[in-house]
Amino acid sequence: MTTTTHTRKPEALEFDKPRVSIAKPEYRFDMQGEMPETERVERAMKSFVKDFGRTAAIYMESCIHCGMCAEACHFYEVTKDPKYTPIWKLEPFKQAYKREYGPFAVIYRALNLKAKVTVEQLQAWQQLIYDSCTVCGRCSLMCPMGIDIATLVSQARHGMYNAGLIPHELWAVTERARLEGSPLGATPKVFEDRLEWLADDHEVEIPVDRENADVLCTMSSIEIMKYPDSVVATARIMNHLGVDWTFRLDGYEATNFGLLAGNSAAQKQLTMKLIEAAVSCGAKTLILPECGHAYTALRWMGANMYGEPLPFKVQHIAEFLAEQVHAGRLRLKKVPKSVTFHDPCQVVRRGGAIEAPREVLKALGVELREMFPTRGTNWCCGGGGGVVANHRADELRYKTFRIKMEQIEETGAEIPVTTCANCRQTFDDGQAHFKWDTKMHSLLELVADNLLEDEA
Amino acid sequence: MSLLEFARGPALQWSITIFIVGVLWRLLGVFLLRTKKDLSEPRNPAAWKGLRLIALRSWPRREFLEGTAFGEVMGYAFHVGFLVSLFFFTPHVLFFADVARGLFGTDLRGLIGVGWPTLPNGIITLLSAVAIAALVAVLIHRFVNPVKRLISNFDDYFSWFVTIAPLATGMAAFSHLAGWPYERLLAFHLLSVELLLVWFPFGKLMHAFTIFAARGATGMIFERRGASL
Repeated sequence: MTTTTHTRKPEALEFDKPRVSIAKPEYRFDMQGEMPETERVERAMKSFVKDFGRTAAIYMESCIHCGMCAEACHFYEVTKDPKYTPIWKLEPFKQAYKREYGPFAVIYRALNLKAKVTVEQLQAWQQLIYDSCTVCGRCSLMCPMGIDIATLVSQARHGMYNAGLIPHELWAVTERARLEGSPLGATPKVFEDRLEWLADDHEVEIPVDRENADVLCTMSSIEIMKYPDSVVATARIMNHLGVDWTFRLDGYEATNFGLLAGNSAAQKQLTMKLIEAAVSCGAKTLILPECGHAYTALRWMGANMYGEPLPFKVQHIAEFLAEQVHAGRLRLKKVPKSVTFHDPCQVVRRGGAIEAPREVLKALGVELREMFPTRGTNWCCGGGGGVVANHRADELRYKTFRIKMEQIEETGAEIPVTTCANCRQTFDDGQAHFKWDTKMHSLLELVADNLLEDEA
Repeated sequence: MSLLEFARGPALQWSITIFIVGVLWRLLGVFLLRTKKDLSEPRNPAAWKGLRLIALRSWPRREFLEGTAFGEVMGYAFHVGFLVSLFFFTPHVLFFADVARGLFGTDLRGLIGVGWPTLPNGIITLLSAVAIAALVAVLIHRFVNPVKRLISNFDDYFSWFVTIAPLATGMAAFSHLAGWPYERLLAFHLLSVELLLVWFPFGKLMHAFTIFAARGATGMIFERRGASL
């Protein structure tokens, strides 16, 4: 049996809404390419195990079905629907592992103890793997066996992508990224025009395409298209510090929808652009923007895509700012406000930059009121992992957003701050949806607005 | 051959053989898989320090305790009850000594250098009863809790059965239940243990080994990144 689906051009995008996504989400094409159903399943499973090493196998062998991971998941927390139990989101892949690849696969197949995974099953699981998982990894902190469930979900996404079974929006933006260099239309020409316009408008010098520079700065497409003040803030801070820096039109876009969609080839292509740009200009440091998954994609996966250790240092902008504060180079005006900090999952919980943003806030002299829970166990905004781009997930995402609203309101802080543009647009969208009077702020922009000029 | 002779003889030998071969097969099947070197620059080069997750994850974080308290308490109750009964009940220690003599020609003191302590029968009986009660509670919870009911499969129920069976038959044998001949009760107890040994490599009881590997692997990966443990 053949499933006929579309092979069409990526959709038009909408930029004037609180979050960026495709323009006509009512027309859904959640199955890509044309191939027999058996091939879809085979592709899904082959791809799932392609990078399947010892660690993933240990995880697969270790689940005791205690169900505790459910308690860590924001999608379960707000719905109490058991299908949102994190480990259940991997059920077809666990089934396939036992039947096809595990140490006792022969027995499972011979006695048919585990049924073959079907394309219908995978289609049904698409919603669990993409709509109701932000790959935030909170469940990975809860699992008493120590299974990193989030990593397994990412691997399952590789399988789903290769089977042509990913949500329409993720497919569309990943295709755009692959074909045009940016998922949200921030092509080199668009970026160049924007930089020119921003430099004129804000009277700030923005170096572009310098042949040699110590520091290569990058931005996320969300910032370029929706939060251009972040671009200006980056330039202001770099200039203020007297850093030898540049943007490069051959590598500026740190957003990596390949990672979110499960498209390894696109992930590598986008990663390599940044690496090659940094190598070209001899950068000693590549600074990643306020973007969570961009941090995972380059800081923790970049060298593995490159095939050798990177010849430059990779830092999230918050880490760079904290380093400058420590070195006494970055001095800031005091901000007499109470602030609460939203921890972006990929930067903090899974990325390890836990204290850097707090050190910058301390330098700003704000009264930091921590949420509960905070740091590594803070709740996700609900929009990570590509979920905010996926219209089908809206209703569910808004439910999870209530957790953040409650958490922030409980602190009584005057302003919430974060250091991830994807979290920020999730907050902006949630704010618009709930007509909430609290606006999320960018740590980067807060710093740029409060630079203390040397009086000497 | 009586039932007890069968349980003490071929059944025991075969079950131990299946246990050892099965466990090795499953562990090797996983540990012999390749692993890629992580080329990213570590935040904390001493990734081995992440092995502390093996101990850390034995106690839930304060933030998660509310939702997991039942599972944690019951889990500890039946694990402690089961393991203490297994390793510190006088007849079991005598049995292990017999096995040690048969295999290595020396008793436990000669083998491990120190004497193996035992606990009074009253404590063992109490802990066994607590373990059985906890196991019954977790089974009921698995039936009534929507999450557990959804994710459960044959392995969960059968592993539960092979875990509670030795405890129940052991208690029965110790208390000479219903006036049954002691030999028959003892044979049932031995057979239930042998059933556990045979099932062990194939089901989730293997977490007794894989828990250390899974926690250790995650701990080292996360520690390398400086991520939250």
